[in-house]
Amino acid sequence: MGKLLSVRDLKIEATSYPPGEPPRRISIVNGVSFDLEKGRVLGLIGESGAGKSTIGLAALAYGRGGVEITGGEVTLDGTDILKLGKSGIRGLRGRRICYVAQSAAAAFNPAHRLGDQVIEATLRHGLLSRDAARKRALDLFRMLGLPDPESFGRRYPHQVSGGQLQRAMTAMALCPKPDLIVFDEPTTALDVTTQIDVLAAIKHAIEETGTAALYITHDLAVVAQISDEIMVLRHGDMVEHGPVRQIIEQPVQDYTKALVNMRSIRHDEAPDQSGALLRMENISASYGDGVPVLHDISLHVPRGQTLAIVGESGSGKSTLARVATGLLPPSAGRIEFGGQVLPPARKARSRDDLRRLQLIYQMADTAMNPRQTVREIIGRPLTFYEGLRGSARVARVKELLDQIEMGSGFIDRYPAELSGGQKQRVAIARALAAKPELIICDEPTSALDPLVADGILKLLLRLQEEQGLSYIFITHDIAIVRAIADSVAVMHGGRLVRFGPKSRALAPPFDDYTDLLLKSVPELEIGWLERILATRRRESAGH
Amino acid sequence: MNRRSIPLTAWIGFAGILLAFICAIFAPWIAPYGETEIVGDVWQPADAQFLLGLDNLGRDLLSRLIYGARTTLFVALSATVLAFSVGIALSFIAAVSRGMIDMVLSRLNDLMMSIPTLILALVVLAVLPQSLTVLILVIAALETTRVFRLGRAVALDVAVMDFVEAAELRGEGKLWIVFREILPNTLSPLLAEFGLRFAFAILFVSTLSFLGLGIQPPTADWGGMVKDNKDGIIFGVSAALLPGAAIAALTICVNLVVDWLLRRTSSLKGGRGDG
Repeated sequence: MGKLLSVRDLKIEATSYPPGEPPRRISIVNGVSFDLEKGRVLGLIGESGAGKSTIGLAALAYGRGGVEITGGEVTLDGTDILKLGKSGIRGLRGRRICYVAQSAAAAFNPAHRLGDQVIEATLRHGLLSRDAARKRALDLFRMLGLPDPESFGRRYPHQVSGGQLQRAMTAMALCPKPDLIVFDEPTTALDVTTQIDVLAAIKHAIEETGTAALYITHDLAVVAQISDEIMVLRHGDMVEHGPVRQIIEQPVQDYTKALVNMRSIRHDEAPDQSGALLRMENISASYGDGVPVLHDISLHVPRGQTLAIVGESGSGKSTLARVATGLLPPSAGRIEFGGQVLPPARKARSRDDLRRLQLIYQMADTAMNPRQTVREIIGRPLTFYEGLRGSARVARVKELLDQIEMGSGFIDRYPAELSGGQKQRVAIARALAAKPELIICDEPTSALDPLVADGILKLLLRLQEEQGLSYIFITHDIAIVRAIADSVAVMHGGRLVRFGPKSRALAPPFDDYTDLLLKSVPELEIGWLERILATRRRESAGH
Repeated sequence: MNRRSIPLTAWIGFAGILLAFICAIFAPWIAPYGETEIVGDVWQPADAQFLLGLDNLGRDLLSRLIYGARTTLFVALSATVLAFSVGIALSFIAAVSRGMIDMVLSRLNDLMMSIPTLILALVVLAVLPQSLTVLILVIAALETTRVFRLGRAVALDVAVMDFVEAAELRGEGKLWIVFREILPNTLSPLLAEFGLRFAFAILFVSTLSFLGLGIQPPTADWGGMVKDNKDGIIFGVSAALLPGAAIAALTICVNLVVDWLLRRTSSLKGGRGDG
């Protein structure tokens, strides 16, 4: 098989505008080279800012706003596509190279039917007649396992689920029978139980059509299922490039090893889980419209331990956190904290009640006032709860900064001057400043890169050991639950499906939902996807 | 902040505003003649003695322009400041409290806004005794409705952010949340609005004076001066254009400064982008 895509010494730069300073050129990709043969799949992996999406778009001869391809060549079947004129590129995109974006919801025009959008590029390039294109779309809908393929094309984007939309976008990319498809994190925004279906559909479609693909993701376990080769990127440099098996089983570079061996955190569950710092009994809750979001939930967290609440989006896990903090008073049930009944509404709680229960948000960006420095962000709870001022307050802020492993040099920074992981650490310091007994962590690591998230989890565990903190850790990631929890609560559709010590909750016999959830989490193992799909087929045949 | 980072346009704006304020404060010392002093013929053309010529009653135009800056600036500035103080306070209370308070304040505001401003001002000013205080209060009341609209919208935008919720969870009071958490994050649009409103206030005072309900003669003010001298245009006398040009120049200067302030606050460290 011949080379389809060849990237040589690709250099990409952008102009950054740091506040208060003159604009400066920054390099996003520094001389990356790779080849892709017909029908093969190359996985590009790396954390955010590694340049993987930028490289993916460069394969379409496209530079996102402000980004400029400054060197190297990208050849498709021997033609340097970076040297093509506008009309040349137009003949290429949507015909020979197609693109699948991360957020299909944002990529589809909400005012047009899916079927028309799927065949639009094909018609525009005059590749097929309208009837032939419709028929091809129908075949693709079938191939991708979409429900009611005959009528699917008549729906509007808001009428189908996120997973279906992502598959419709794959159909759109496959429709003109391109030589190459660039998949830019197609499953990142999906729940694990949906992700597995989309992954299976994409893999099946790639095999059926024989198209080559660049598959961009930050999840090594996902890319291991779909690619033939993997290229690891970091800060715009190629770290390691090789066949999937070599990267996963014998990584050479330290960075790759760290990625592969992540999730090395171990935390054995506490043997005695009888006492309760926070106890929620028969909690039901609804938002203003009266439609219940939580149904009769009872659970508890022992002092000094971690309760992980797991479930997919819409399962009510964040709502449960809002109930615990008093932001959403429950319609029924009671909350006990340290043996005493806690008033349901925040406004009825005393300052000390509020102090003892702190919350860490998923998005550290919006959880901190962008106009306050770290000094004020961490210092305010000190003044507010303890009346600390002046040098005593500064000393305590510095001490907290040391505890979160950042150091006092950060004290006058604004949130915008911190990285994602540092922001989350400052948010943890703000919670610690209140000297809480329980911290509710609402997906604090899901917006972070894997290695950074790892650091945050280790920090949380260390603080728990040193200060005897209790956590309620809300997440959709089973791997995190396994790593840090003492007890586990599984939520689905606003109900508590399962609750108990980790060893019992995550061991058979399972209920149907927990089983599905556990089996949908990609594992870093070649052939995992096939194995799971085969099991599913056997089970459904057996039933 | 260093001086070189201030663009030329902002300097021009500063210079213009400063000039207007110097005229306003030191009018009796700067002006070559008195405010109401008749010094020559009607619409006498400009010469070495009367740099800008004389007006419809033979008063010195330059002197009247200088004195006019006093009333125009004073009325416009105090009305705008008043409108912003009241408008921002009410709109932020509405945005933070929501529910009934928000409902009542917002609907009252809608009611005020549904009446054309000029007609409302004319009716109220015609009924009430004519004084500077009444004039300022009426303009401020009308401007407040616009400030309220914008203030509520930007405050709502910020009030739903997690850091405001975090402050509520900490147990902070309403005042802290409004002044320390929300206000600093809404400064950019509010500053821009301040510049616009100030310019509109100058125009509004001028309009009212032109219609005879604003500042009463013989006190000089720019809008009134346009009115006094408008008949001269028919005879080819440009006396009416000078106060008109002064209004335009001051409006532009204010907006040049506001443009710069807006860019500065939105590019501050920790700014929320080009709001």
